Amino acid sequence: MPGLSFDLIAMQLFTGLALGAIYVLFAIGLSLIFGMLTVVNFAHGAFYMVGAYVGLFLISLGGNFWLCLVAVPLIVGVSGMIVERFLIRPLYGRGIDYPLLLTFGLSYIMVELIRIGFGTSGYPFDTPDLLQGAVNIGIGYFPLYRLFVIGAAAIVLLGLWLFLERTSFGLIIRAGARDPQIVRVLGVDVARVWLYVFGIGTAIAGLAGLLAAPLQGVIPEMGANILAEAFVVTVVGGMGSIGGAVIAGLLVGVVISMTSLFAPEMAKVSIFALMAIVLLIRPQGFFGRAGLMS
Amino acid sequence: MTEKITKSGLLSRRRLLTSVGAGAVLAASPFRINLLQAQEATIKVGFPVPLTGPYGTEAQDQVRAAEVAIAEFNENGGLNRRKAELLVRDDKLNPGEAATRTLELIEKEKVSFIVGSLSAAVQLAVNNVTKERQIIFNSISQSDTINEASDFSKYTFHEALNPHLTAGAVGRYAFPKFGKKVAFLTADYAYGHEMVRGFQEAGKAFGIETLVDIRHPIGTTDFSALLPRIQALKPDILCISNFGRDQQIALKQATDFGMKRSMKIIVPIMLYTGRIAAGPQAFEGVIGGTSYYWGIEDKIASAKAFNDRFRKMHGGKVPSDYGALGYGGVKTLLMGAKAANSLEADKVIAAIEALKYDYYKGPEYYRKCDHQSVQSVLIIESKASPQKGDADVFNVVETEAPNDANLRSCEVLGHKA
Repeated sequence: MPGLSFDLIAMQLFTGLALGAIYVLFAIGLSLIFGMLTVVNFAHGAFYMVGAYVGLFLISLGGNFWLCLVAVPLIVGVSGMIVERFLIRPLYGRGIDYPLLLTFGLSYIMVELIRIGFGTSGYPFDTPDLLQGAVNIGIGYFPLYRLFVIGAAAIVLLGLWLFLERTSFGLIIRAGARDPQIVRVLGVDVARVWLYVFGIGTAIAGLAGLLAAPLQGVIPEMGANILAEAFVVTVVGGMGSIGGAVIAGLLVGVVISMTSLFAPEMAKVSIFALMAIVLLIRPQGFFGRAGLMS
Repeated sequence: MTEKITKSGLLSRRRLLTSVGAGAVLAASPFRINLLQAQEATIKVGFPVPLTGPYGTEAQDQVRAAEVAIAEFNENGGLNRRKAELLVRDDKLNPGEAATRTLELIEKEKVSFIVGSLSAAVQLAVNNVTKERQIIFNSISQSDTINEASDFSKYTFHEALNPHLTAGAVGRYAFPKFGKKVAFLTADYAYGHEMVRGFQEAGKAFGIETLVDIRHPIGTTDFSALLPRIQALKPDILCISNFGRDQQIALKQATDFGMKRSMKIIVPIMLYTGRIAAGPQAFEGVIGGTSYYWGIEDKIASAKAFNDRFRKMHGGKVPSDYGALGYGGVKTLLMGAKAANSLEADKVIAAIEALKYDYYKGPEYYRKCDHQSVQSVLIIESKASPQKGDADVFNVVETEAPNDANLRSCEVLGHKA
């Protein structure tokens, strides 16, 4: 292929990592909720979409993007907690399919409500002034905003890791995921722990939606579009594994990007091929625990 | 019986009363009412468009503009005082749904004409039905194939531009100005391919060189992985041959990657509604083609009249490009019926073929061999920011006059002269 230089391949690789950062951000919330609550949250895409719309709404009220970075996860997280408390909680202990169907239906309702409230045609979402334009990263020009998204994803990951590994509440969450009964015997209100975990998971989804908005604009279907890719990421990484979601998210980004260089029309298929290969070799994914789905 | 009565010279009182009575009953019966209604019934125009789905915004604007055409026709006396009526149906951007709705409009509603559809595949499905039922259909969505001999029938009209013409017009404007090295980013379906073919045909005269043609699936939300290769090839011009949201996202991300610094971005067709939905940032400086922009009202009287009428009927809004096609599509058929003084398909077809008209954008006519509307193409550039109100989004940088020669010839399309 003509024009295939080192710079181009390096740039393509980097583009893939940046793309992967968005997948990671979307998939860790999904993985966190599944790992701790064993809830396959099909409404995750809808929370992601709501995050973008809440951002849009706040900015239309005169807020700015930086304020949204704090407000959107809070608002979406709280609405996630309400959903957990009143809709999902009654279904615990009934197997994996009840919450799955519930969240699947819920996502349709959320998308429809947004369509009624904001219309079907979508809105532009301007890149914040400070992050407009592209910067030279040595191998070529790269959008400043995408660099910011990589940074934001890294900060969220670091924060989440510190929270889970270094705080006593994190310890309870991890213990609750292993054996909720023992934790309950120790006097911990497990229901409350799960409430917060669901809130944190949806808050990250909302943040991911807000961060994605300046990349592609805002439409009601934006969550559904990314959900398929996100499930590939969580399955490849291992359902419920946050570390797996990170590695698999970046890998999926790179696979899409490198396939695009040689056969762009195969880009979308390539990630499903990747999933098939991984599942053939390791049915539980990279870091998944066997038997979690059964 | 009358004869018998006359002959016999007897006028039975009872018989007379019965006859008169029966006549009166008949006169008042539903049967007679039906007869009367058939004479003065409205002229029904079926209008299947994708009200729901990704092109809903454009489709709704098409309905608004079509209503303007209907209102004007009725105010001007209709066809011998027979009024026209628009029957809108949602085709959901689905060929099967569109075919069913069209059939229903023809069979149940007894429409005289079908105007509508906003997708290459959907309009072909509608065309198949109308062809078979011998109902005149005027398509208001871009297509190259609908005019080809294999799909065309004498009942088929095409009010919209076609990809060959729009892409060609944009190419003829851009290639001499911005350079010969061209990269294509193309939606991988018939419409995308047709647009690229249009650019390349027009480009032959300027000796353009195609560096790459990258095909992407419809509905792509992230183009970033496709952009580094284009950047590395250093083209003079990047042709983004896709439509709707794909176009909005591709332009936004190409802008983010700083590509406008080193190359000119052109698109075969740039929609008013698309630009409004995506905001000025992504579209700034992009060159594209369109069939209509409300801003030409400064120079063209018919555009001013159409815009004013549209504004009056629809709360001060201006018509979009695809909206205007809804107006043109309905108006030409009704004017054809008026000229023919009939709703008989053959007479109306002959009348429309003979029309030379200027309804909203300057002179137009339908080419006889393939019923393609021959009209001007506007070359527009997106403004950095609106100046005169939110609707002021484009500059018209050039107008390509209506010219048969810019279309594919009748022979190429497979018509016998």
